Amino acid sequence: MRQVFLDHQSATPVLPEVFDAMRPYFTEYFGNASSLHQHGLRVRDALKRARQQMAALIGADSEEEIYFTSDGTESSNLAINGAAYANERKGKHLVISATEHPSVMNSLDFLEKQGWTCTRVGVTPQGMIRLDELEAAITPQTVLVAVHHVNHDIGTIQPMREVGQICTTKNVPLYVDCEASAGWLPIDVKEWGAAMVSFSPHRFYGPKGVGVLYRNRKARIVSMIHGGVQEGGRRAGTENIPAIVGGGVAAEIAQERLTQRVAHVAPLQKRLWEGLKLNVPYIQLNGSEPGPDRIATNLNLSTEFIEGEGQLLLCDMNGIAVASGSSCVSKSLKVSHVLGAIGLDHALAQGNIIMTLGEVNTEADIDYVVETFAKIASKLRGMSPMWDEFEHGVIDSVIAPTGRGKSFSQHAAEVSGKPAH
Amino acid sequence: MSETYTLYNSTVMEHFMNPRNMGDLKDADGVGEVGAAACGDIMKISIKIKDGRIEDARFKTFGCGSAIASSSMATELIKGRTIDEAMSFSNQEVVDALGGLPPVKIHCSVLAEEALKAALEDYVKRNPSAAAKVATTDSVAA
Ligand code: FES
Repeated sequence: MRQVFLDHQSATPVLPEVFDAMRPYFTEYFGNASSLHQHGLRVRDALKRARQQMAALIGADSEEEIYFTSDGTESSNLAINGAAYANERKGKHLVISATEHPSVMNSLDFLEKQGWTCTRVGVTPQGMIRLDELEAAITPQTVLVAVHHVNHDIGTIQPMREVGQICTTKNVPLYVDCEASAGWLPIDVKEWGAAMVSFSPHRFYGPKGVGVLYRNRKARIVSMIHGGVQEGGRRAGTENIPAIVGGGVAAEIAQERLTQRVAHVAPLQKRLWEGLKLNVPYIQLNGSEPGPDRIATNLNLSTEFIEGEGQLLLCDMNGIAVASGSSCVSKSLKVSHVLGAIGLDHALAQGNIIMTLGEVNTEADIDYVVETFAKIASKLRGMSPMWDEFEHGVIDSVIAPTGRGKSFSQHAAEVSGKPAH
Repeated sequence: MSETYTLYNSTVMEHFMNPRNMGDLKDADGVGEVGAAACGDIMKISIKIKDGRIEDARFKTFGCGSAIASSSMATELIKGRTIDEAMSFSNQEVVDALGGLPPVKIHCSVLAEEALKAALEDYVKRNPSAAAKVATTDSVAA
């Protein structure tokens, strides 16, 4: 069976060159960067090189502005909680977009319980932050604005230059989560005037277990992990040297190959969406059309009258790895908050599938996915009472309303006795 | 990939991949459609009753793998049961027959129980006399 990996947003394979660079740091160069002898000094040197590679990827002035953490979640926790606590005296208000990653959303939930207040700025149906609302949300008490570069679910590219201008004018530090964009879109921290930026190498063919936080010298943060004086005293704990070394090499390669990688995936993204649109009735793309407002790796789809987990499982049984934002897939039984924030109908959110492309995907893969996915959709529709009821005019389609029948949500609320969330 | 890993155990996967009794019954004696408040999914069970017993059952499900497997298993289990037996059907039977479900997915089997009970209620509503007869027979037997 053909194997098609379409979940590059979750992980990418480590490149052979990256793995080769990492290997000696497990065995030969096993020293701890805090040691003052040869073994320590050697890995300290390697750490410095990795910092330079990371700084180069995002246009940072100096490697001294790069901090290593364990992953993207830790980086965003450090950026948000670190800035909140460091600026407590100045004010206790933060502003974020409503579609941030859970590592940002849940950090805010935590801070709210500790007495901070927070404004979640709405987005357009395509997932674009509402700049006027952002501007209006910033108060003299605001100590941080957090807006992601690209959305992890729907691939929307935010207008970072404009966001940066607003923050600069209002003199509020800006934190940009670049998890979904680093290695795939050019990043220029200076152009945005960003105080902090985070990203993880495992999204661009580096290893897991390392996260990066860029912090401009002027931005104040306090440490969240307490211990020794690693990472300039802002993140204690022994550095994961092999992963950091590998991440640095992956960053360097990503910078070199960025244009080439995008040139590879962008036509595949179009081919995949065009193919699905043509072969699967009642399917919708969430977010912007492929083009300048959407990252070239991502498709976020809603297939009507069927649920996402079933689609995901059948894809998997056919060799196709995808993700889903449906409530049945999440451990909390809630649909992805991103789909809620763009105002997607619950029925469409339930039928959600996320496909993210990478270097290994080919045109033949895409054609196989289109063909297979069409079969999966019709198999599941054959089992779905909703499809049946749609065909009989009991409920209507959200994607292409016929004017007959009630809405799915209305119907679901009637049979479950509760409105769907 | 040499090995296949699955999210659910092999029985659940088998029922999900090849569901039994999928579809509708044309001249059903009772139809129940219920929704899961937790995740917003929907299940419909149709039954055919003959001589106080469930002669046939079919399902249609808009839901996750567990929900599809649960409805497949539930319709298998209840065929041949008397109305009274079916009335005390519990989701635990489905869970056991499937060899277990992840804790977060137990509610999907509850959906199967509820859909079946809604179908039985529909039957009783449509056939008050038949239902009364069943009740009498049962009380005598008891
Ligand atoms: S039906 Fe939604 S989780 Fe099972």
